[in-house]
Amino acid sequence: MTAALTPGTSGRRPDPFAGHASPMGHGNMVRKEDARFLRGRGRFVDDIRLPGMLHGAVLRSPYAHARILSIDTGGAESHPKVRAVITGADLERRGMAWIPTLSHDVAAVLATDKVRYQGQEVAFVVAEDRYAARDALSLIEVEYEPLEPVIDAHRALAPDAPVIRDEIPGRTDNHIFDWEAGDAAATEAAFAAAEHVSSCEMLYPRVHPAPLETCGIVADLDPVSGRLVVYATAQAPHAHRALYSGIIGIPENRIRIISPDIGGGFGNKVAIYPGYLCAVIATSITGAPVKWTEDRSENLMSTSFARDFHMRGEIAATRDGRIQGLRVQVLADHGAFNGTSQPSKFPAGFFHIFTGSYSVPAAHCTVRGVYTNKAPGGVAYACSFRITEASYLVERLVDVLAFDLGLDAAEVRRRNLLRPEQFPYRCATGWEYDSGDYPRAFELALEMAGYDELRREQARGRRTRAETGEGTVMGIGLSFFTEAVGAGPRKDMDIGGFGMADAAELRVHPTGSAELRLSCMSQGQGHETTFAQIVSEELGISPDDIEVIEGDTDRTPFGLGTYGSRSTPVSGAAAVMAARKVRERARLVAAAMLEVSADDLVWDKGRFHVRGDRAAGVGIGEIALAAHSGLELPEGVEGQLDATCVYNPPNLTFPFGAYLCVVDVDPGTGQVTVRRFVAVDDCGVRINPAIVEGQVHGGLADGIGMALMEVMAFDTDGNHLGASFMDYLLPTSMECPSWELGKTVTPSPHHPIGAKGIGESATVGSPAAVVNAVLDAIGVRHADMPLTPAHVWSAIQGRPLRTDLAIG
Amino acid sequence: MRVTVTVNDQDYIRDVEPRLLLVHLLRDELGLTGTHWGCDTSNCGACTVWLDRVPVKSCTVLAVMASGSSVRTVEGLERRGGELDQLQVSFALCHGLQCGFCTPGMLMTARWLLDRLPDPSDVEIREAISGQTCRCTGYENIVRSIRHAAESERAAG
Repeated sequence: MTAALTPGTSGRRPDPFAGHASPMGHGNMVRKEDARFLRGRGRFVDDIRLPGMLHGAVLRSPYAHARILSIDTGGAESHPKVRAVITGADLERRGMAWIPTLSHDVAAVLATDKVRYQGQEVAFVVAEDRYAARDALSLIEVEYEPLEPVIDAHRALAPDAPVIRDEIPGRTDNHIFDWEAGDAAATEAAFAAAEHVSSCEMLYPRVHPAPLETCGIVADLDPVSGRLVVYATAQAPHAHRALYSGIIGIPENRIRIISPDIGGGFGNKVAIYPGYLCAVIATSITGAPVKWTEDRSENLMSTSFARDFHMRGEIAATRDGRIQGLRVQVLADHGAFNGTSQPSKFPAGFFHIFTGSYSVPAAHCTVRGVYTNKAPGGVAYACSFRITEASYLVERLVDVLAFDLGLDAAEVRRRNLLRPEQFPYRCATGWEYDSGDYPRAFELALEMAGYDELRREQARGRRTRAETGEGTVMGIGLSFFTEAVGAGPRKDMDIGGFGMADAAELRVHPTGSAELRLSCMSQGQGHETTFAQIVSEELGISPDDIEVIEGDTDRTPFGLGTYGSRSTPVSGAAAVMAARKVRERARLVAAAMLEVSADDLVWDKGRFHVRGDRAAGVGIGEIALAAHSGLELPEGVEGQLDATCVYNPPNLTFPFGAYLCVVDVDPGTGQVTVRRFVAVDDCGVRINPAIVEGQVHGGLADGIGMALMEVMAFDTDGNHLGASFMDYLLPTSMECPSWELGKTVTPSPHHPIGAKGIGESATVGSPAAVVNAVLDAIGVRHADMPLTPAHVWSAIQGRPLRTDLAIG
Repeated sequence: MRVTVTVNDQDYIRDVEPRLLLVHLLRDELGLTGTHWGCDTSNCGACTVWLDRVPVKSCTVLAVMASGSSVRTVEGLERRGGELDQLQVSFALCHGLQCGFCTPGMLMTARWLLDRLPDPSDVEIREAISGQTCRCTGYENIVRSIRHAAESERAAG
C-alpha cells in the first residue's frame, strides 16, 4: 500500500512505509482509503460544489404538537437571494406531502395539517448561499395552535391521550402494532413451575447515532435530459434510487445516486429524510443544483433516533440460577410516524433474539408500538435491528437474577451459557445460531481481566470503606452477547419489498489488475481495503491492484447497502463467489494455454500449474492477458475474466463475545470512572485484524456513551433536551479507557470464508457491561441508562430516576 | 468586509460578510474542504485549524477575526514535494482513522502537541484531544498514532 500513500515522494528520503507492504490476501495492511483522508482530500457531500449551486434550509416546528393555522411565505420570497420557498401545500399539489415509510405507514415531508414533533419540517427555502437561506427562514410566518403533546410513551394509550395521527380516517388512539414471538403457553408453564422468578422494569433510552458528519444532499436535475443526479449521505444508494423513483416518478434509469465518502453512519444514513426530497423538488423547480446540509441540532432532533424501548423482563430460574424461562413485554416508542428501516416482516426488528447466549427452554415476548410526539426512526446506532435492546435486556436480567439469588454474576452465566455441542442451536424464538464456543470466550475474558483477583480487591475495598467511610467503590460488570447479522435470506427478509441479497461484479483487466463493484457502502469501515483483500486471497492479485467501487448506482450492481453489520456476511460472500467464478474460468483458460486438461491443473496462490509439475504453470496475470487475447478457447468458454454474483445468504451469521468492565465510583459525587474494559470478540474469520479491532474499539466507546451520558430526554412540553452536543454528551478520549481486546475464532459454517461480521458487536454488547459494573459498585439492583453522576448519586440514595423525561 | 489572510503560506484577500465563520471561509470561499464542520457549538473539534500557530475551532471564529493572521489547515501539513508529516504516516500505520471526518482536526491538534511536547504521556495525549470527538475509533488508535509519531520523530532526531 506504500504506492498509494506516497505519490510525489522524492527519492531522497526513506519511504515512511518501508516494511509495511501490503500482504497478499488476508492480514493487516495500511488502508487504501487513508491516503486521501490523511491529506484532507476525502470527498464528503458538503465538499461538493457544482456550478450555479443553490442552498436549502429547513424551517422546523418549535412545538411538539400543534395545528398549523396559516403559513405566510411572502417575507421569505421577497428576500433578494431567495429563489424558492416550498411548503406542505406545494407538495400536496404534487401528491408528495406524505410519503410511504418502510414500516407500513406514511410520514409527512413538509407538515400540512399539524406538526407532530419539535423539529418537524414545515417549509424549505432555497437561496443563493447558505446564510441567506437561513436568514429567510426567519421571514416565514407560521401561526400555530398548540395542542397537548404525548411525550410519555406510557401515556400514549391512555383513553384521554390526544390522538397524534388524527389525519388517518377512523383513528382514535396512538396504537401502532402488537407483535409477539415465542411460545406463550410453554413460557407460562415454565414460570408456573419455577423455583424463583426475578423481574425488572428497564428502559433503553432514546439515543442518537450522531455521526460526526451530519446528513446532507446535493440534488442536480438536468433540465434537458431529465436525469437526476443525487449526491447524498446514503448507506444504501440502490435502495435510495428505488425509493426516489417510486416517490417522484422518475424511472431508475434516469436517477443516479452517488454516495461519496461518508463521515460515519451507524444507521443514521439509511433513511430518506424530508430535506433530501425537498432538495430534489427544489432542483426541479429552480433548474439549478441544490445543496442541503443539516446542522447538528437538526440531526439530533429530526433524523433516525435509536432504541426507546420500555421493557418489563422476567426470568424464571432454579434456586441455583439455572434459567428456565424468559418473558418480556415491550412498549416501543416509535415517535410520530412509524418510520423504522428494518426487514418488513419484523416490526420490532430482531428483538426476539432476547434469549441471548443462554440455553433457555421457553421464551416469549410481546412488543407494542405506540405513537408519541417525537421524531420517527428507531432502528439505528449500530443496533443490528434492535439486538442491542435484546442483549441489554437479557444481560441486565441475568445480573438481577444473580443479585436476587445472592450468586456471583459470572457463575450464573457459566451455568447457563450455550455449550459448543448445542450448535447449530435453535433458540426458543426460532433463530438458528450457526456456530459458537461460548465458554471458551467467556473464560478467556475472565482470565484476561483476572476476575478472581478483581473480586478479592473489591472485597478488600468494601472492608476498608466500611471501616473508614472513605474512598471510591469498585464494580465489575459482565456481558455476554450473541449477534445475528448479515440479513438476510430473501425469503424471510426484505426491506420495502426488496429481498436482502447483495451483489458483486468482478472484472479482471488484461494485465491482471482488477476492479470489484459492490452494492454495499462504506461509512468508515474500510471497504476499499477489506474487499480488495477478500479478492486478493481468492485470486492471488495484490490488494493494491484491486480497485473497489461502491456508492454510485451507475457503476455498481443493485443491492441493499450497508447496515446491520451485513457488508462482510453478504457482500463479502458475493465478492468471494464472484472471485471463485473468475478462478474457475481462469482454470479453463489456463488449460487452453498449457494444452492440458483443466482437471490436471492445481491452483496455488494465484497460479495454476500442472499436477506434479510446478514449473509448468501460468499466473493469474498471464491468464488474464490470454483471456483477452486471440487465444482459441474451448467451446462454451467466454473470453475475458469477469464474473457477477448475487448472494442470497442461507442464514444469518452469529458473532458473539464476552465483555468485562471495571469501574470506580465516587459515592459522594456519583462520578463513574471506567478503569478497564476487556473485550473478547468472535466474529469468525478475520480478514483484516486491525480493521476488526478498530470496529470493536468504536463500539466499546458507544457503550460507554450510552451507559454513562447519552440520552435524548424531553420535557413535558415536548422540548428536546439533547439538541446539541452541549446537551447530548458523547464520550471523549478522557472517558474511554485503553481497551483490552482478545479473540476466539469460530468460523461461520455457511459463509464461504467463515466470516461473520463485526461492525455492531461492541455497540450491542458493551452497554450492559458498563451498567452492570456501575450497579455492582454501588450495590443497586437496577437503575436505567444513562448513569450520569446525578443519576448514580440518586440511585445510591435509593431513588433511581426516569431518564427519558424531565418532569416539571 | 475585507479579509486578508495567509492560509498554508498562501495569501488570500476576500470580501466577506462580517458574520462569515472561518470554517466557511476555508471551505466555501477558498475551497479547502479538508477542514470539516460537525457541530456549531465548539464541542466536536472537526473544524480545528491553527490560527497563528494555536489550534482553534474554526466554527466559532469569525473569518474577519483571522484577518492579518496565518492559518494552517490539514492541507498544509504535507511538506513541499508531497512528503507526509510523520503524524499522517503514523495515523495510517496505527489505523488511527476510520471514516476520516475527525482526522484533519485530530492531526492539527496532535501536530501542535508534538511541537510543544515531543514526548507526551498517554494522559497528555488524551487531554490534548479531549476537545475533539471521534465516533469511530474509541480513541485508542488515535492515541497510539500520536505516540507512534512522537517516538518516530524522536528516533529520527
